[in-house]
Amino acid sequence: MTTLVIAEHDNAHLKGATLNTIAAAAKIGGDVHVLVAGSNAKAVADQAAQAAGVSKVLLADAPQLAEGLAENLAAQVLAIAKDYSHILFPATASGKNVAPRVAAKLDVAQISDITAVESADTFQRPIYAGNAIATVQSADAVKVITVRTTGFDAVAAQGGSAAVENLTAVADSGLSTFVSREVAKSDRPELAGARVVVSGGRGLGSAENFKILDPLADKLGAALGASRAAVDAGYAPNDWQVGQTGKIVAPQLYVAVGISGAIQHLAGMKDSKVIVAINKDAEAPIFGVADYGLVGDLFELVPQLASAL
Amino acid sequence: MKVLVPVKRVVDYNVKVRVKSDQTGVDIANVKMSMNPFDEIAVEEATRLKEKGAATEVIAVSAGVQQSQETLRTAMAIGADRGILVQTDVELQPLAVAKLLKAVVDKEQPQLVILGKQAIDDDANQTGQMLAALLDWPQATYASKVEVAGDKVTVTREVDGGLETLTLKLPAIVTTDLRLNEPRYVTLPNIMKAKKKPLDTVTPQDLGVDPAPRLKTLKVSEPPARKAGIKVPDVATLVDKLKNEAKVV
Repeated sequence: MTTLVIAEHDNAHLKGATLNTIAAAAKIGGDVHVLVAGSNAKAVADQAAQAAGVSKVLLADAPQLAEGLAENLAAQVLAIAKDYSHILFPATASGKNVAPRVAAKLDVAQISDITAVESADTFQRPIYAGNAIATVQSADAVKVITVRTTGFDAVAAQGGSAAVENLTAVADSGLSTFVSREVAKSDRPELAGARVVVSGGRGLGSAENFKILDPLADKLGAALGASRAAVDAGYAPNDWQVGQTGKIVAPQLYVAVGISGAIQHLAGMKDSKVIVAINKDAEAPIFGVADYGLVGDLFELVPQLASAL
Repeated sequence: MKVLVPVKRVVDYNVKVRVKSDQTGVDIANVKMSMNPFDEIAVEEATRLKEKGAATEVIAVSAGVQQSQETLRTAMAIGADRGILVQTDVELQPLAVAKLLKAVVDKEQPQLVILGKQAIDDDANQTGQMLAALLDWPQATYASKVEVAGDKVTVTREVDGGLETLTLKLPAIVTTDLRLNEPRYVTLPNIMKAKKKPLDTVTPQDLGVDPAPRLKTLKVSEPPARKAGIKVPDVATLVDKLKNEAKVV
């Protein structure tokens, strides 16, 4: 029994989500291999080789793999799929994009967003925005899985010494072409893996007012997040959205500012260790999950909190 | 150009579902059902393509129980020209739905299939990508902008860290994210008109597809409950609690 983990990376750095996915693979048991498919991505393969518990890294390096196009990446995985009992992707935008393509080609069911491994064929996954947990069993020969990173503590990034083996890269499908990417540059930690998250909701009132969160996030070394309402209103960029269909986070500290707490938002953050809510409405549902609630005007309380820390 | 839009009947997004006491699933008896919100965005996008002259016909398709007809009527009230119901009482999982849709695509020959990125009941986020794989078509998931020009479609996607733009050769698969559009309100005259639009019913057997589920659900349970905490009177107390009780700052 050997598990293949598909690495998440930007051709220079291995993303943290990969380490959580390796942790899920370790729970399944057996050997763990990591596939790095990219372009000029040798550095990523070297980083993956150091991750704890990895016995082999496979590197497919070619220009057509540079941008993680679903058609090419799925074909690369399928080229080696027969050697594996389990194929795991992090449940990131990229992993969720590619995994079902692999599963369908193998004619197997995919198990999405697992949060626990019960055995090699049985897994837990949230359904209905996390309002229920399903325990599902797969009888398929190969299990294609996406891993919710907040369900598994990352393995150590250092200490391993796996061999790196080169693979022949698959040809370009020619079906899709990468045009451009607009990635927001930020000195803040990545939302999905941050230790502290400060999120704003509709209560902020405007994109300009959202800046009130900056000094607080600076003090806490936090990533910034937002509710769907705030993103839809144009107060915050789409990749800040925390919730059922946005990012799932579970930081040590989650500070919800001006967020009422729709179930779709709670689905994305209720596994945080400590939740603080600041809202003027004492009846807001967010207070039902918050460890510490502060009722009042966020425009007074947020600067106060930032200077008190 | 024909556009096919698959739609799913799901528990309405405002309903907080309850797990059944025997842990066999969630209780959906007497619960409000609606079209999956991402599918509504897909129907709206296809309708706009038709209004702009980029599409000639919009076909809505649903797979599931007989009542899914209502979901198809809603799609037709938004703007779909006709509906196809693949009727079955079998529990449908994404791979089976993708196979049923492939059979419909083979018959109808659309150039573009627009689906919701995920259904808000099983939260699987698989069907569009699986359909693309079965057809060997390109895919652009999580779309926030779709532009059809000639034999290509250019799609801006919501990805981790920002936005990405891809160009796909048609025929292609697109799945919708929240910011693609805001679906119109359906008006009474359009609801009335939708009742007269054609709706065909077929079965999985007619399409030559075995829809049996592959994953076995052993149980469905309540998530661990999170207890409500306390309200603190002021910022100073909050900081004290965070430092000395929770020890997170």
